[in-house]
Amino acid sequence: MTLTFLRPWRSLQTWIQLLSAFVVIVVLLPLAYLGIRALGAGEEGLAYLLQERTLTIVGNSLALMLTVTVASTLIGVPFAWLTSRTDLPYRRVWLILGLLTMVIPSYLGAITYIEAWGPKGILQSVLAPFGVDRLPEIRGFFGAWLSITLFSYPYVLLPVRAALLNTDPAMEEVGRSVGLNRWQVFLRITLPQLRPSLAIGMLMTALYTLSDFGAVAVMQFNVFTRAIFQQYNNTFNTERAALLALVLVALTMVLLYVEQRLNRTTENYRVGTGTRRQLRPVKLGRWRIPSLLFCASVVFMGVIVPFGVVIYWLVGRVYNNPVPVSMLELTGNTISISLLAALVSSLVALPMGVLVARRPTQLNRLLVRLTYVGNVLPSLVIGLALVFFTANYLPSMYQTFPLLILGYVTRFLPFSIGTTQSALTQINPRLEEASRSLGKNNWQTLWRVTVPLAFSGIMAGAALVFLNVMKELPLTLILSPIGFRTLSGRIWSVQNEGMFTLIGEPGFLLMLASALGLAVILWRDPRTRH
Amino acid sequence: MMVRKLSLFVVAILLTMAILPVSAQEGVLTIYSGRSESLIAPLIAQFTEETGVQVQVLYGDTAALASQIREEGANSPADVYIGQDAGALGALAKAELLATLPSDITERVNNPAFKSVDNVWVGLSGRARALVYNTDLITPEELPASLLDLTGEAWAGRVGWAPTNGSFQSNVTAMRLILGDEATSAWLEGMVANDTAAYNNNTAIVQAVINGEVEVGLVNHYYIYRFYAENPDTPAALHYFPGGDVGSLVNIAGAGILKTSDQYGLSQRFLLYLLGNSAQTYFATETFEYPLVESVPPNAELLPLADIQTPDIDLSDLDDLQGTLDIIEQSGALD
Repeated sequence: MTLTFLRPWRSLQTWIQLLSAFVVIVVLLPLAYLGIRALGAGEEGLAYLLQERTLTIVGNSLALMLTVTVASTLIGVPFAWLTSRTDLPYRRVWLILGLLTMVIPSYLGAITYIEAWGPKGILQSVLAPFGVDRLPEIRGFFGAWLSITLFSYPYVLLPVRAALLNTDPAMEEVGRSVGLNRWQVFLRITLPQLRPSLAIGMLMTALYTLSDFGAVAVMQFNVFTRAIFQQYNNTFNTERAALLALVLVALTMVLLYVEQRLNRTTENYRVGTGTRRQLRPVKLGRWRIPSLLFCASVVFMGVIVPFGVVIYWLVGRVYNNPVPVSMLELTGNTISISLLAALVSSLVALPMGVLVARRPTQLNRLLVRLTYVGNVLPSLVIGLALVFFTANYLPSMYQTFPLLILGYVTRFLPFSIGTTQSALTQINPRLEEASRSLGKNNWQTLWRVTVPLAFSGIMAGAALVFLNVMKELPLTLILSPIGFRTLSGRIWSVQNEGMFTLIGEPGFLLMLASALGLAVILWRDPRTRH
Repeated sequence: MMVRKLSLFVVAILLTMAILPVSAQEGVLTIYSGRSESLIAPLIAQFTEETGVQVQVLYGDTAALASQIREEGANSPADVYIGQDAGALGALAKAELLATLPSDITERVNNPAFKSVDNVWVGLSGRARALVYNTDLITPEELPASLLDLTGEAWAGRVGWAPTNGSFQSNVTAMRLILGDEATSAWLEGMVANDTAAYNNNTAIVQAVINGEVEVGLVNHYYIYRFYAENPDTPAALHYFPGGDVGSLVNIAGAGILKTSDQYGLSQRFLLYLLGNSAQTYFATETFEYPLVESVPPNAELLPLADIQTPDIDLSDLDDLQGTLDIIEQSGALD
């Protein structure tokens, strides 16, 4: 029966496979070149890596990754539970406020934290009348941990929340009926059901932490991305940047391997579908006030403070800006390039999504999995690989929009493929079959039936890419054509010159425009709509 | 219905593509500027206004842009390179990427210390390293006589620096030339052991000194004048280490023309413009740097260049950025 659904796509398959293979080559080639460059460093390069300080960087990176992942889980899981399964007042409002942290780039957030909580920051000036002369230093590990955690917990919150909404409440009711209290039910029944989605969320957080460049640079915490950037930025040695990048890639591979092993050894809990009932919200009772306080403090730290500081800069500008910059141009450029990247990414993802959703052979799955490399590689590494490669071999692509778009698509394609694929699996293939029996060919069917039905999922993926490209820093810095200016680039350059108040305008516009992307995601999600 | 929506979406995207600026045009001067936008963009705009020459600029860090040019090799779109450090210019010169400049450009700069011996780069403005101190917390008598004194116990936890900053790193390169690698490493390690507070840039250091977060900081001389312009009573002042101390290095921001440039004529015009009286006056009055052309006097608020007892080195020799970054990394200053 299934095979008859699949057969019709076969004629398209070869084309799509060729296209996918092309995408895989385009994505992997620069990386291979990076490897060649790293090998070019030879023995001297090896000696460089085998120093004690490489260990320090590995240690710092791992420590940051672990603590951020744990903290994001401790924020994300309760937040997801409170806003999906309880009678928390205004829980949709809390959810949306909690997700607003996604529109704040980590580097921008980190700068606002220094301004707010620094030794002589805003908080200190408020406390000064009470004899507080200075606050403890925020730069370093603590600041990096705080800012990455508060701008990445949605990676945990979103999948966990989706899982909470999809689980069968019957299990929990059984648990209650045999005398478990609420905590025991949560720990012994709810949590194990969440395991797969929690694993994905934690993995995403861990990968993000390893790849983040902006926050660690602002907070001056020495992890791989910062060390790579130092080699690239302050010396003439590209080999060493490549070497460090390869070690970072190896580290992420180990992480992926460990995650796969852990997942293989656990029984993934499955819930019967068919009989699911409406979930009854848990009554918080005397936990209501603490729960509200928890949500409020997360929102305060993750959203109110960054927005507040940016608005404070906006209102209280002190510096005379020596170079007037057209904010209209910056905003227009940023939105255009982000829309374009989202469109290209969605278009590339569509056939690949069809391939794995309709013909999930081993080869097809491998082809698509290979493009997931972008999700694992830090933007900084992708950017350097593309610069080195095109500067040497493809000068006509160098410093062009296609290259910038290619960088974005390499990095964010997995978002598009993931959402497209899951949207496609929800479409009954019989509808496509009906179209064919009415005389439409494969392409017509794809365009007239499949795409419109999967439109909502495709749009969600596009919005996710849009949101991330808006905030993206290293790729934008390294790959932008000469004279092409964006909001994130502007924020970075004025922060480099220490003119924080000038961040007000571009920072505010960037968060505002990103919020539009977020609105599309939330609006497309039926569970947050009403 | 959906198809129409989609086509609208596609049309909208194509329209936005059309709006995006086009790069690499004919007759356009391409500049790679390691000098930040706020310090040079007004001059470039003026140049375009006066000459009609279209200019496109890639802003970045001095060393990164130099290494980018090396990476691009014969394909480099850059015509002119502007760096904030003679070392980066020296490195480009050593890689034989810079074209020889005509004498009408090099002769504008009188002091031979501020241009290359081979006439491949020329200084545009001078910048001194200095110690900024909080005048409420420190009296002039307490100030150290040498940069090397800051590792002393008396200065523990009182000093700010920017170990990732290019200007700081070229100062360390100078220290390596004068004192050798071992002594430089020892100084760096001493500074780290002394709880020296690290900042991302010079402005942040000056701000921290004014706030009293630290009492002194290692900076370029001109940043403090931005603060004076906002508030003349800013409680901070500059101290120049005496006696040819390495901490009083006078470096330059300079420029060269790439051998691979296809706009040699326009590039020359641009350099002549930057060494002209109006641009040099701009450096003196707006960025508070030292003009390098004799006919233009420096800002009266600055200590005259001749009074700064700068160490005796050839600025072109400050080109070993890798060696410097290595010992800075090893000292733990970046951790």
